[in-house]
Parts: sequence; structure tokens; C-alpha cells
Amino acid sequence: MSRSSWLERIWPLVPVVAALLFVVFLLLGFGAEPGTALSAIIDGAFGSTDKVLSVTAFWIPLLLASIGLMVTFTAGLWNIGIEGQLAMGAIGASAVALNVNAPPYILIPLEILAAMAAGALWAAIGGVLKTRGKVHEIFSGLALTNLAIILTNYLISGPWQPPEGGSFRGTAPFQDAALFPRLLESRFSPLTLILTLIALAVVAVMLSNTFWGLKLKALGKNPKSAFLLGVSSERETIYAMMFCGALAGLGGAVRVLSWFDSLRQSISGGIGFLALLVVMLAAYRLLWVPFIAFFFSAVLNGSITLQLRTQLHSSLGGILTGVLVLFVLLFGEYKKLGFRREPPETPAEVSHE
Amino acid sequence: MRVELNEIRKYFGPVKANDGITITFEEGNIYGLLGENGAGKSTLMKILSGFQPFDSGELLLNGSDATFTSPREALAAGIGMLYQEPLDLPPFTILDNYLLGRDNKVIPDRQAAIQELIELTQRYNFDVDIKAHIDSLSVGERQQLELVRLLAGGAEVLILDEPTTGISAEQKDLLFASMRKLAKEENKTLILVSHKLSEVQELCDHAFVLRKGQMVGETDVPCPNEKLVEMMFGQLPERSPRPSVSLEDTMLSIKEMAIRTYRLSVEGLQLDVRSGEVIGLAGLEGSGQGLFLKACAGLLRPAKGSIQLADKDITNHSYHATLAEGVGYLAAGRLEEGLVAGLTLTEHMILGALERKFMIDWESSREETSKRIEHYQVIGTEASTADQLSGGNQQRLLFSLLNTPLRLILMEQPTRGLDVRSADYIWEQLYERRKDGTAIIFISPDLDEILDRSDRIAVFYGGQMLKVVEASETNVDELGHLIGGEL
Repeated sequence: MSRSSWLERIWPLVPVVAALLFVVFLLLGFGAEPGTALSAIIDGAFGSTDKVLSVTAFWIPLLLASIGLMVTFTAGLWNIGIEGQLAMGAIGASAVALNVNAPPYILIPLEILAAMAAGALWAAIGGVLKTRGKVHEIFSGLALTNLAIILTNYLISGPWQPPEGGSFRGTAPFQDAALFPRLLESRFSPLTLILTLIALAVVAVMLSNTFWGLKLKALGKNPKSAFLLGVSSERETIYAMMFCGALAGLGGAVRVLSWFDSLRQSISGGIGFLALLVVMLAAYRLLWVPFIAFFFSAVLNGSITLQLRTQLHSSLGGILTGVLVLFVLLFGEYKKLGFRREPPETPAEVSHE
Repeated sequence: MRVELNEIRKYFGPVKANDGITITFEEGNIYGLLGENGAGKSTLMKILSGFQPFDSGELLLNGSDATFTSPREALAAGIGMLYQEPLDLPPFTILDNYLLGRDNKVIPDRQAAIQELIELTQRYNFDVDIKAHIDSLSVGERQQLELVRLLAGGAEVLILDEPTTGISAEQKDLLFASMRKLAKEENKTLILVSHKLSEVQELCDHAFVLRKGQMVGETDVPCPNEKLVEMMFGQLPERSPRPSVSLEDTMLSIKEMAIRTYRLSVEGLQLDVRSGEVIGLAGLEGSGQGLFLKACAGLLRPAKGSIQLADKDITNHSYHATLAEGVGYLAAGRLEEGLVAGLTLTEHMILGALERKFMIDWESSREETSKRIEHYQVIGTEASTADQLSGGNQQRLLFSLLNTPLRLILMEQPTRGLDVRSADYIWEQLYERRKDGTAIIFISPDLDEILDRSDRIAVFYGGQMLKVVEASETNVDELGHLIGGEL
């Protein structure tokens, strides 16, 4: 095996090692013991059944949002607004939970539908603004996310505030029938895992084996050619956004009905933005998404124990994941590095052979 | 300033855009640089103006070596280029735009700049209100402004890339007058990049002709148009004869159509195409034939008039609705418009097929693809991606994506990048389709191709369908005159 192909093969590990080294140096800079910190994170994530279930419960909505983003990424859409779609899903589920009285087997499906519809419609606004108003989805996404957060805060402090008076932190806990059945007093509901695995399977089949998936792929790679081949970019853009929004909305429902028991301030908890990082790391490979999302969830949950044990702030976990993504984007692909520059693309006008 | 280019080479991968070009431009002259699309003239001028580096060769200004790494450096050395699309920033005022290119001080000296601008615009009789916003100006006015900016920057050599595209006749006269003044009175070197023969004849002292990255000829102008046409397009080997097909009923009927865009208006289009007929659209680029083809495909909505396909009015059909009526469209850019880099040939086939199921049947799609690959002699497998194919094979792939049967095929430069034999094979396939009654309309910069392949030829000039001639009753000379606007 030649030197370069050997290098190429182990290259994906390089940014991971680099990110770990970066964090180690950071810890040393703060006078902390890297070994202790690492074991605190691992212990915090996997130290007990409770902790594992907590990591899993956090993983579910992150995974749902990431799966949704795979669809919009494939279609070439930067769905930054996913954070807002998640919040809208949480609001949709809360609306049903607060206003409908029914047995769980009716209430829970209703909540799920409301959450998915709310997320999808919120995403559709971004899609329509892009196709009809020529507003880039990044800008509409940021605006719509802010609006969703403002709406959450308004609902908490206004119409949906607890009867004993608002604390501005959340609504009163929902009726028991409205909550997802949870395992062992934890925040994890097996039902949500089943739903997520179904979503994963649907998207896997959709992207690889359906005509719609192929259309999105063409659209993402070259909208102009896709149009000339007969793909309606307007319709597919809106549908892709809605598909992603529905999954993010379901993630929002998981947040209010299983992680919490009520609608809270900043209910999305940055999960949407985290999902963007997950998908960037996965680089279009759907099967990597669950593992990367789980890794993120473990690091972030483990960091809470880190803070309890070592006085270090729990945001260290966020730093580790953030740095990791930056390093992967920076030099994750051996072939794209400066020392093996590819020849410039042939411009359109010089075409003879 | 005397500019010498020696053995300039510029390759883009396997494409030799400039393959050892040697040219000398003397001061006080206006030069024409001619050549068809992709001949390498834009590349050469971009090299000269510092927009891109060359791979090898030598650039001498007044006898001394020069290399530029940016247009700014080139302008500092005295070379300025006026691009086809003026490179200004629309929301600015004229003054701000001018200052941006000129003044490096922290606080710009507006008064001095205003004086300079007024003086320069008056010298060349340009009529521009310097307080106006750029986006309120026409293309011609922007061009004048850009010219003034280059002159104020110290340009001794001015390169004008297709400067008359999109400007009015008066602006053109004004531009030409100022160009003559610059060359003859101020002793500057002017280079006009164009494929409009009439303009080169009218304005230039001397013309250089490029073809396939090489200098193939030069001549003093004015000279007979045929001489330039022959140098530009060259002589091609004989082609296989076109089988005659009896032409049936009218397949496509265009009545009183007008297309209006910001660059060009095309008026009074009138054409009936019978089934089985091949119509070649001749004309210099930007004469309106491209807009005509796009309107037929539903990619542009005509401002007035009607398009009828067989017995159906498709005037207001969208592109996708037009496709559904049995129309095939092939654009000129392969990987830009038509193919998707990164998708496999099978995936292209599935996307292009009319029959659309929810789930993809990969097995039968692959079979169908390998059949088509074989039929159209595409060198590649059904799992290759479009960008892995060579240019000629990409072209063949585009043809393999055309469905059967079709009522009308619209093509821009159908055999671009194909060698003579492959082009011949593609045309044989197209002739086969005529038997089913398919009508064909195509654009080609190659007059020989148009003459040999068409039943009738529609010649476009300056936004008009100037004349429709029987291919059997005309020749390259007459066509050369016609596309230059001489009836």
C-alpha cells in the first residue's frame, strides 16, 4: 500500500484526535487533570442505568431532527430554521395536551399529529419564502426560529401560564394521560425510540429507493439541470422542508411529553443547531447519523457530571463537539487539503476537445 | 503601448483553451479578435488583463516582461478590460462606484473625483449624470462609465469584450467614435473581442482569428466576409448524406411571436415547421436564436404571439408542461444545464423518463440504461457518474436521455465537443426519429453543420428572424453574409 492511500484511509481519525488534543490543552491551561475530566464525562454518560437512559432520552429528539436534516441537506437546503420547527412542534403537542381531554391512546396520536403538522407548516413558510420570495432559507430560518421562541415565551407567560401564576419558566405539568409512557421513572420513552427507528427506516428507503429521493438528490446537486430533466424545484423544495419540519416537530413533542412534562422556555434547547452539526459530521451518510448523534448526546450529558465533580463548567462538552465539527470541516477530507490541490474546474466557455 | 504575446498556453485539464498563441498588438491601432465560442479568445484576453494566469509563454509590454496576478496590477501596468457584463456594484451612485475603484485614501476626495469624472465624460461626449444611481443606467451607460474608470486608472491598452451586446444603436455609434478617437488621437491600443463580423469590418484596422485555442489567421480589414468566415469555422470533412423524408403536416406553428428580455428583444417571429423537418437556426451568438429556442421549449414566456404544437396551443405552457407534450430540449451547457455531476447514468435515465413510479426499480432501470449506453456509444457504465465522462460522452449521454417518441426536439449546439464521426452518428440517430414525424430545430455556430443537416435555415440577426432559406439553395458564402446582417 502506498503512503498516500494509507494516509487517506486513516485520515478520518485525524480531526477526532486533533479535537481531543485541543480539549486536553484547554484543560491543562485551566489547571485541570485531563484524565479525571474524561473519566468524569464517561461516568456521567454511562455510570448508571439512569444516566444511560438520560443520554438516550436526549438522543431521540436530536436524532429525529438530524434525520429530517438529511432530507433537506440532500435537496441542497440549509434548513437552519430547524430549531424553530422543533419549538413549534413542542407548541403543537402542548396545545393538544393542555386543551384536549381523552384517554392516552387517542391523546398521544393527536399530540404527535399536531406536533408534526406544526413543524411542517413552520418549515413550509421557509420553503415558500425561498421559492416564491427568493428569500434564502438561512435568513428566513433564523427569523422564524426567533419568532417561534417569542411565541413560546408569550404562551408561557400569557394564555398558558399556570393557574397559580406564571413563573415565566413553563406551563403547569400536563395531565398524565398526555405524557409519553416513560421507562423506570426516567425521561426516556420506548415509544419515541420506536417512532424514531421508523423515521430512520422511512428516510433510508426514501433517499435510496424512491423517485422523490432521487429528485431531491438531483435538486441538491444541480438545480438547473434537475429542472431541465423535469424536476419541479418549487414543489420539491417545499415538500423537503415540510418533511424535515414534521420530523423536527415530532422531536419537539418528545421534548415536552417525555424529556419535560410541560412547555418550557427555550424548549428546543439548541437541539436543532446541534443536529446541524451532527449532519455536517455525517456528510450525507445516513447510517452514521445515529452514532454521531449518540456520541454528542453522551458527551453533553456526561459534561453535567463533569461540572459536579471537577468545578469545570459543563459547557466543556459543547466545546469538544464544536471543535470536533470545525476540525472535520477544516481538514476532514484528505483529498481537499491544500497540499493536493485539484486542478481548477473547466470553465463553461472553453469546451472543445 | 505595444503588447506582445508569445506562445501563450493555458490548459484546463485536458482542454487546451490557448495552445501556443503568438500575437502582437501595436499602439494606435484597433484590433479585432475573432473566433467562435470556445475558440479561446476570452481566455486569452483574461490572461492579458490579469484575470487569470497563463501556464507558459511570455507577455511583453513595450518589450519588457510582465506578469500580473490581478486585474488591478494589469491596470496599473496600463491594461484595462471592459467586460461583457460591466463589473460595477448596482446600488452605488456613479461617483461612489468611481471612487471605489480609484481612491485609496481613508476619506475620499470627492471634489477632485467629480472634476475628473466630468472632464473625462466630456472628452468622449459621454452623457452620464454622475449623481445618478448605477442601477438606473442602461447597459450602454454603465459601459461608458466603466470605460472612463479604466482611462482614469491609466489604461493604455483597452480590451472590449463584446461591447455592443445589449446597447442601443446610438450608444454603439458613440462607443465606436470614442474608440477611434482613443486609437487615432490618443495613440492607445484597442482590442475588440467579437464574433460580429460587421462590427470588426466597420471599426478595426486588423483582425486576428482564433480557432480551437490557436491563431489560425490574420488579415487587414475591411476584407471580404467570406475570408473571415472561412478562418473562423474552417473546412470540415464530408458528411454522410441526409436521407430525404417526405414532410408531412405542420408540427409546430409560430405566429407573430415576440420575446423581450433585458438584453435583447426579438420581434415578429413567424415559422411553420412540418413533421420530419429539420430547421437550423443560424446567426452570431446573441442574435435572438437562443431566445427563440427557449421560448419554444417553454423556458421563456413570449411577450406576444402564439406557439402551436400539432393541434394544441402551448404558448403559455411551462417548461415541464411542454416536455409532457412530447418535446425534448437539449441545452448547450452539459454539466451546467442538463446533467447533474455526482449522479450516475442510471439515475439520470430514471429522472429523464416520462413514466414515474413512487419506488425505483433499480434492476430494470440499470438494464434500460445499459441498453441506451450501448445504443448511443457512451463510454462509461451505468454506475459511472456524469462528471466522470469525457465531454463528448456527456453529449452522447444527453442524447440517450431523449425519450421516444417525441414530436419536437430542440437543441443548442447538438454536436459540440464531438469529433466528426461521433457527430455523424448522432445525426444518423436523429434522422431515424424523423421517420416517426419528429421535427427538429437546432442552433449551431458551425455553418457547415447547419447547411448539411437542415431542410431549411432560419437566419437571425440583431433580434430578427432575417430570412428563412432552403438549405439546398444556399451556401456558406451567402449564409456568412446573412448572419453578418447583409441581405
